[in-house]
Amino acid sequence: MVLAGSLADVVGSALGCRVEICDLVRLSGGASRETWSFDAAHDGVVEELILRRGPDALGDTIGPTMLLEAACMREAARVGVPMPDVLAAAADSAELGAPYVVMRRIAGETIARKILRDDAYADVRPQLAAQCGEILGNLHQMDPAALPQMSDGYALDALRAVLTDSGVLSPMLELAMRWLEQHRPPPTRTTVVHGDFRNGNLVVGPDGVRAVLDWELVHLGDPMEDLGWLCTRAWRFGGAPPVGGFGEYDDLVAAYEKRSGVAVDRDVLRWWELLGTVKWGVICVVQANRHLVGGQRSVELAAIGRRVCEQEYDCLNLLEELT
Amino acid sequence: MTSYPNAAQLAEAVEGFLREEVMPALEGRLHFQALVAANVMAILGRELADGPALQAAHTEGLAALGITDDAALVDAIRTGDMDGRIGELLAALRPSVEAAVMIANPKHLR
Repeated sequence: MVLAGSLADVVGSALGCRVEICDLVRLSGGASRETWSFDAAHDGVVEELILRRGPDALGDTIGPTMLLEAACMREAARVGVPMPDVLAAAADSAELGAPYVVMRRIAGETIARKILRDDAYADVRPQLAAQCGEILGNLHQMDPAALPQMSDGYALDALRAVLTDSGVLSPMLELAMRWLEQHRPPPTRTTVVHGDFRNGNLVVGPDGVRAVLDWELVHLGDPMEDLGWLCTRAWRFGGAPPVGGFGEYDDLVAAYEKRSGVAVDRDVLRWWELLGTVKWGVICVVQANRHLVGGQRSVELAAIGRRVCEQEYDCLNLLEELT
Repeated sequence: MTSYPNAAQLAEAVEGFLREEVMPALEGRLHFQALVAANVMAILGRELADGPALQAAHTEGLAALGITDDAALVDAIRTGDMDGRIGELLAALRPSVEAAVMIANPKHLR
């Protein structure tokens, strides 16, 4: 396989020795990045590794964000966020046909349904909300000066513009955006925001969260965005408790406050939860349009479009609660 | 002209094929894509059965607000014409939002 040969060069030069690549498998999931699992063998040692690779067609736009992801992973590790080591990264397509990051593979589960239901995680589930609070408390201490230029997050105005451009009409999402606009809380702080901190991007073992993955949406913003996003119903995967389907607001907030030293206003948290719900609704529209008009044919992308109404439903229930 | 089996029955046949024959023969990414495709066929089946009722519920909800269509409602929300009527709006939108979820993913309703 051509990719295996190129990977041997990349990993070999990172480790300073000749390596043999085996068990190279593309993993499911990840609509905007390819994720590959593979082993690199050398001197009787097997290194368990992961390749994240942007689509070649998006090389020019995805390249800089791949370097940003790699820099974030290193800086996050420095402030105590559980992270895999990064071995190599590139912003161009010269070596692997697309911009990439190669990192160590962390053993554990990312599939939310298993984390929320399998017996192996029964003991740790009640601790996950507090662990997430601690990790976010650390994560929000990342130094932006250690990172390349970051884009702004999806602020409310940007979300509305994206929805308008999509051509999809959603009175429910519009109503939620109108309410958010008129009840916008003052910013709490400006920090590095992970932007996609949720089930699916957390590697969990029977001992708890082992790694925080997928830094492609990192930006500078209000740290409450990360807490609200973790609580949106879409990321509970059918679990009843509000924090990721595994925990309570109290546990998340208490651990976050203790670690960060910053008080969390519950109304502000709920505001960001509603914003997260709207944002996921808009992202679902965008994903469907990548299939419908973007030339990226995929039944998975098309199907995501049908999740817009779930977000409308969640917005409706949240607004009834908040008004 | 004979259209038998009907569209919903055909969708159901394809869904069964995907779940019972295609998915067990695949793994990894393709297994997942086949699962998504089977779920899409299930959505098609429900929409063929309940789509007209959904459309009627939505039209009725809009009429209760004195609004002609989605474009007009979006415009009214953006310009602030609906400010102060949020409770009424939520009540008017609930039946059609719930009907849409019933078609796309009934398990999401609570």
